[in-house]
Amino acid sequence: MSDDQINLEVNGVAVKGRKGQMLIQVTDANGAYVPRFCYHDKLPVAANCRMCLVEVEKAPKPMPACATPITEGMKVFTRSPKAIAAQKSVMEFLLINHPLDCPICDQGGECELQDLAMGFGRDISRYSERKRVVKDKNLGPLVSTDMTRCIHCTRCVRFTQEIQGFQELGTVGRGETTEIGTFIERSVDHELSANIIDLCPVGALNNKPYRYRARAWEMTEHPLISPHDSVGTNLYAHVLRGKIMRIVPRANEAVNETWIADRDRFSFQGLYSDDRLQKPQIRENGVWQEVEWEVALAAVAERLGRIVKQQGGAQLGAIASPNSTLEELYLLARVARGLGSANIDHRLRRTDFRDEASDPAYPLLGCAIAEIETSAAILVVGSNLRKEVPLIAHRIRKAAVRSFANVAFINPHRYEYLFPVAAYLSSNGLDMFAHLVAVAAAALGITGKPAPAAIASLIGAAQPSDQHQLIARQLTEGDRRLILLGALAQKHPAFADLRVVAAALAEITGATLGYLPEGGNAVGAHIAGVLPHRNLGSQPVQAAGLNLADMLAARLKSYIVLGGIEPALDMASPGALDALKAAEFVVALSPYETAREYAHIILPIGGFAETSGTYVNLEGRWQSVAGATPPVGEARPGWKVLRVLGNLLNLPSFDYLSSDEITAELRRLTQDLAAKPVASQRLLQATLALSDPPVAQDIAIYQSDAIVRRAPALQATSEARGAARQAAKEPGA
Amino acid sequence: MSDSNQPHSAAAHGTGNSATVGGLSEHARHEIDSWLAKFPPERKRSAVLAALRTVQHDNNGYLTQASMDAVAAYLGLPPVQVYEVATFYSMFETKPVGRHHISVCTNISCMLCGGEEILQHVEKRLGIKVGESTLDGRFFLKREEECLAACNNAPMMMVDHVYFENLTTDAVDEILDRHK
Repeated sequence: MSDDQINLEVNGVAVKGRKGQMLIQVTDANGAYVPRFCYHDKLPVAANCRMCLVEVEKAPKPMPACATPITEGMKVFTRSPKAIAAQKSVMEFLLINHPLDCPICDQGGECELQDLAMGFGRDISRYSERKRVVKDKNLGPLVSTDMTRCIHCTRCVRFTQEIQGFQELGTVGRGETTEIGTFIERSVDHELSANIIDLCPVGALNNKPYRYRARAWEMTEHPLISPHDSVGTNLYAHVLRGKIMRIVPRANEAVNETWIADRDRFSFQGLYSDDRLQKPQIRENGVWQEVEWEVALAAVAERLGRIVKQQGGAQLGAIASPNSTLEELYLLARVARGLGSANIDHRLRRTDFRDEASDPAYPLLGCAIAEIETSAAILVVGSNLRKEVPLIAHRIRKAAVRSFANVAFINPHRYEYLFPVAAYLSSNGLDMFAHLVAVAAAALGITGKPAPAAIASLIGAAQPSDQHQLIARQLTEGDRRLILLGALAQKHPAFADLRVVAAALAEITGATLGYLPEGGNAVGAHIAGVLPHRNLGSQPVQAAGLNLADMLAARLKSYIVLGGIEPALDMASPGALDALKAAEFVVALSPYETAREYAHIILPIGGFAETSGTYVNLEGRWQSVAGATPPVGEARPGWKVLRVLGNLLNLPSFDYLSSDEITAELRRLTQDLAAKPVASQRLLQATLALSDPPVAQDIAIYQSDAIVRRAPALQATSEARGAARQAAKEPGA
Repeated sequence: MSDSNQPHSAAAHGTGNSATVGGLSEHARHEIDSWLAKFPPERKRSAVLAALRTVQHDNNGYLTQASMDAVAAYLGLPPVQVYEVATFYSMFETKPVGRHHISVCTNISCMLCGGEEILQHVEKRLGIKVGESTLDGRFFLKREEECLAACNNAPMMMVDHVYFENLTTDAVDEILDRHK
């Protein structure tokens, strides 16, 4: 290590750097600010804006700090007259063609060019010739363009090339006529594409739905966690007069770096859809009426209490969206258990519950998100990765591209991946199960180990191909190796069998078996005991209740439904809606009117940005936020509604004054539970009659939950329109 | 680094020629292959210039979006990388142009020897400005970029890659008449 260290001097102060670092990294690390536009620490160096010119001793001319490697004994001056003169000259050139439309530019007030022009610009322009004007491009519904403002830093181009993995934007033309664009009229479609809004240092690329809605300085900033996938993406909501104007990334290197998915950025629009409920509603003789909270809550308590008293707690089912907060999930489980029901579930899209006793305590990734990047081999089983967990796909891409990890897929269909893939096994006459068994058989051959009992009977018939051999060998080599079960595997009608084989493969190869659960709080739901067979901390219970499929099939008398669940879209069970409709009493805690199709009483609750709460991501990371705005209308945060319901039902210790108290209680109750997964060694009759489900059962990225489905900007993307066309083509498939 | 597969893959636009595959003629593919052989297999991008030159030659001297997409698909590149190259270099045209490409040099040596008068004469005779084509599709007066390196015999112009030097307006007339 010490050989790599380099000593240099910045503005007369001795500093150290590592060999291979660029000057700007060292000046940044030592608090010597150098102005820049094109440099970004997540993107490759372009050195085309020249704003970061600094003086280097013995160099004949100023050097760009972003593209000058540090050398031993280098003496650098970032604020010398020569450096400042160079920076000011570059600024003057950049401003030659930049319009003076800051007062009507959305970037105004948070613009890197504006800021640096304050520091390095002249107050009078010496340029009296015509400025160039560039036609705007239509990049789709998410990103607005004012290309005359572009300074050609190419951050957006490098983002599409290096981070997305497929270059959608380019530098078209040359010299004075250079333009950033797509050349032909087309949108940018990648699921991370809107990050170019944040990357653009000027007002050329901006947030289209946010256009002219607010100014940066009049909004307040509130941290949030995205509920749409299990990554736990960190967000900021920018709020004006009680309404979210836009969402921007909150940097967290360990979770989302500086990126967020487009779904995380624009989903908040769904909070303001027309069908948000403003007040509690009760159905009386088939007619919906708005009522006061006291009336609604009393009616819920009375009817739930009556059904439980007359029919027993076992006639109550509690169904929660895995996007709910940890506190909501915990209180729902407490209400259900308090009423004597163990019929509690959050696994809305799971279809195979045969082996649920072998579920891990928590469906965790198996390593830290950042550690994915340094994995040697990753086998993804059953995941449309980019659409399910875009930022995990990005990490895996980094592993494949930068660390040359061997990434392999076993999927029911061929999905598009923008990185080198060592092997991609999809159908070709074999289903996922057969592929997995073949890889396991190959791994046995390579390691010479005896077959684990759970799969011993299957191995003989397997005929591993070269591809199976390749995957098996890669899973036995290197430090960190992951086998990840994605949402398509977890929703699979033969998930139990898939998992038995995947677990056996992990055992043979020494790889870690991890999960990519659906929903922002699937791990939290396990912690909170929102499961029929597990209580707090995922501890097995004595008398298990009914899982989701069974409680719907059993046609219980009563259900509590938490979160904006729309049965036809959110639940795997085709009869879900009918089962709910057939119940004697259903109470829905939902932000949306659509609960009317099955509920008798709807209690309007806040969406993810409108409640304080905690999300536990797929690493097991607890992230609590205070919420950004109060809920619309008279809707209330879900935890408050459940707390009052607990009081009205006379359940003990429902006296929480804040969601933090609930979180603290849950932490205290679960931290000592050394939750251990019940290892699955039960041999399933694993010769499958169940083949892989058709592609239509994939959940399209912008159909994942009720909030996302109501975000107009996301629904206008070519991704969403393509998925809608696909769905129309295969109705009910 | 090579991407394993390509989204938005270029639509293959056949031209009706039976030897055309993926929008590229047999001759074009043969030509591109011979260039690809000169570079490491993972550096297919290196063959973009040669590929575009061939394709442009096959297509009346200009590139269509379909032909650029075909090159992108053939080389396994995102289409925009091909558009970048095609729009950067002045040798490539992305709109229909006249048959004969004329470049009149007006850099310093030619300017001193009457290059600008030559250009004016060409413009007047053809009735078009720099960057335009004649309506009959016969001539295209290219936007001239830099010195064409024939200063010793200035003024000069290039027609269809052939140099004509020591020009006079009469000589220009005679040269243009020869290009039907």
